[in-house]
Amino acid sequence: MTILKLFFSFLQVGLFSVGGGYAAIPLIQDQIVNVHQMMTIEEFTDLITIAEMTPGPISINSSTFVGTRLSGVIGAIICTLGVIIPSFIICLTLAHFYYKYRSFSGVQIVLSALRPAVVALIGSAGISILMLALFQTDFHNLQFSNFKIIEFVLFVGCFFLLRKFKANAITIILGSGVVGTCIYLIAGMI
Amino acid sequence: MKKNVDKKILWKLFQSMFVLSACTFGGGFVIVSLMKKKFVEELKWIEEDEMLDITAITQSSPGPLPVNASVIIGYRMGGIIGALTAILGTIIPPMVIISVICLFYTQFRTNTYIAIALQVMRAGVAAVILDVVYNLATNVCKTRRALYIGMMIVSFIATYFFGISAMIIILVCLGIGITDLLIHLNKQNKKGVTIK
Repeated sequence: MTILKLFFSFLQVGLFSVGGGYAAIPLIQDQIVNVHQMMTIEEFTDLITIAEMTPGPISINSSTFVGTRLSGVIGAIICTLGVIIPSFIICLTLAHFYYKYRSFSGVQIVLSALRPAVVALIGSAGISILMLALFQTDFHNLQFSNFKIIEFVLFVGCFFLLRKFKANAITIILGSGVVGTCIYLIAGMI
Repeated sequence: MKKNVDKKILWKLFQSMFVLSACTFGGGFVIVSLMKKKFVEELKWIEEDEMLDITAITQSSPGPLPVNASVIIGYRMGGIIGALTAILGTIIPPMVIISVICLFYTQFRTNTYIAIALQVMRAGVAAVILDVVYNLATNVCKTRRALYIGMMIVSFIATYFFGISAMIIILVCLGIGITDLLIHLNKQNKKGVTIK
């Protein structure tokens, strides 16, 4: 029965977390820590840390984590289904209408106004991650004494490879991890 | 949507989503940048403008960004079956990784090498996103419409410096777009041409 309750909890998380991962955190915390007491707040903090350290959306990570603990693989699948069912239905509906009407010139005019904003949003996410890489903090608490020269060199190198040689993005991401760790090792900073 | 979807396309879709999802560290916009590279530049399945529209739809719908984006791209490539295929590709990697880490997570969390690798990897992730943004921003500037260029700059300042949520920015821009459409229609009416 608990698994069914959790399914509905994650259904709510999926339905009400608008605007990406960080919007989902308080919702998950409320459902899992407060309502169902499936985790302590310390365990939840650990889960957030792990979710940030691993690929994948935070709500999928937490539903898998909570589900696995409760009843193994089946639990993980049921809880994850809860998160993705609302997404699936809503996005499928929106996609259907988008592809039906997008060739209309009126719709094109409206959509054209959205595109610059989307570029700005992606840009903002990129700059935030860059600040995190170079200063280990966001721009509101920027301290130049924390400047990370190794990360800066890596960033410039990666950007150059992407622009000049159209390097593969996945290779760049994984490569920067490997090369960067090796530089830290050689520099004796670990 | 076609009933008989090419199995090769479905397989490629699953494969692409699986790899992107397994290698995407960081938030939803990272995977959007990677999807743009994969589906627009490499496979040429979708257009650049379309990818931006998809991103706007994903941002304004509830649920995890990567899942939302994979549903729309999957639907585009192979209807409902395509959407299901894409969603599977997206959720399997994090589910497997978390199930494994769940077993020995203290060791994982306290490992210095993993911590360093994740920190330095951000430099690579930032380079990928900013490479995509550079191309996208250039194309916005190429429209030579002061309105669009201005909206891009204002949106950036609003979200980066003032932390205004993506959802609000998209809704405001939607309002501007609709106003723009009405002005356009008005002009057309005066000229006596009807818009299709």
